[in-house]
Amino acid sequence: MRNFLASRWGIMCVGGLIGVFAALLQKWGNPGNMGICVACFERDIAGAVGLHRASVVQYMRPEIIGFVLGALIAAFSFRDFRPRAGSAPIVRFVLGMWAMIGALVFLGCPWRAMLRLAGGDGNAILGLLGLVFGIFIGTRFFRSGFTLGRETKSYPAVGLLLPGAMLLFLLLMLLFPQIQGEPKSGILFYSLKGPGAQHAPLLVSLAVGLLVGFVGQRSRFCTMGAFRDLILFRQTHLLGGVVALILAAFAVNLLVGQFHPGFVDQPVAHNQHIWNFLGMTLAGLAFALAGGCPGRQLFMAGEGDGDAALFVLGMIVGAAFSHNFGLASSPAGVGPYGIQAVFLGLAVCLAMGFFIRRKSA
Amino acid sequence: MSETVDARGLSCPQPVLMATETMKRMGRGEIVVLVDTQTSMENVDRAVRSQGWEVREIREEGDELHLYIAGE
Repeated sequence: MRNFLASRWGIMCVGGLIGVFAALLQKWGNPGNMGICVACFERDIAGAVGLHRASVVQYMRPEIIGFVLGALIAAFSFRDFRPRAGSAPIVRFVLGMWAMIGALVFLGCPWRAMLRLAGGDGNAILGLLGLVFGIFIGTRFFRSGFTLGRETKSYPAVGLLLPGAMLLFLLLMLLFPQIQGEPKSGILFYSLKGPGAQHAPLLVSLAVGLLVGFVGQRSRFCTMGAFRDLILFRQTHLLGGVVALILAAFAVNLLVGQFHPGFVDQPVAHNQHIWNFLGMTLAGLAFALAGGCPGRQLFMAGEGDGDAALFVLGMIVGAAFSHNFGLASSPAGVGPYGIQAVFLGLAVCLAMGFFIRRKSA
Repeated sequence: MSETVDARGLSCPQPVLMATETMKRMGRGEIVVLVDTQTSMENVDRAVRSQGWEVREIREEGDELHLYIAGE
């Protein structure tokens, strides 16, 4: 049986479905233009477990848990669970960290950049241009022989580690549920105000997450790959999914009154154009070198890819550094050390692009 | 004349990049592309067709997938 979701129409259906549910999640309680944001939600998870103490962004986001577990279910259902690991793990972790730090300067991952655009936030255009520029740089490195080397087949237990951690996070959430007006429940932190306090009901978030994880794994939906394949191979397959996501979210936003065009006073956004652009350049480069957008990394982690799992952990740790060191932006603008972090991150990622390559291309 | 492209264990976009670069270098002929995930198989399959080459057969060999492709 051919995999319908991996066909041209299939991936567009998946993109459309993600767009519809992301916009609806906002209606059901998630923050503005943040129905699904992989970077923001992993950052909230870092806050929920206390890796950072930014009190406005602490919540164990069930969407992320659902992404990994949904992908795991899909992989097992279609004999696609392939535990593997060992392709430059430390590089994957570091790329994950810098991807997160760059994304938090812009205030969103590629998924949210698209949702912000679909909600009328003009600043997203700068972020998306930066993303494409970062991916473009990444494709130049691949052309000149950049490689993180081969993964090797591993044990099922290796592939199950991150899905297991996600299951544990879900259990913690059930053991220590949010208590009205309390910043902490057991060992978990819960925001009382700010984006972290805005969320759809747990079961709704989890159900959407599982659904997106399932179809995301089957379709290989990837927001970074969409632009990479266009630049590298003139292929528009994955781009179809991304365009469908934006159009679907835009349509739902119009229908439910969530479309507000403009550059100022946009939800969880700032309008410092250069840093929106360069923050996402850093993130785009890191995603390109690591071979997947943050959503795709979660789906791959769900199908047993230990290196993708490490990238995810790198992002979560990167979020902690971001907020502990004042690298993350806020609606007021970039953080006190955000600019320095962008330049350091670009230097590190460019150096990896230059120095990690086959001797003869 | 057939060449083998070993893209096992490599992540996106390398399997497609290796396959298309070999196709370009050879111009015509037969290539066997070795991959070990369904994703890589689908990606190489799509790229090969878009270049006007033919995917003659996809064989499962244990945990691996072998694509037999040909271009005139």
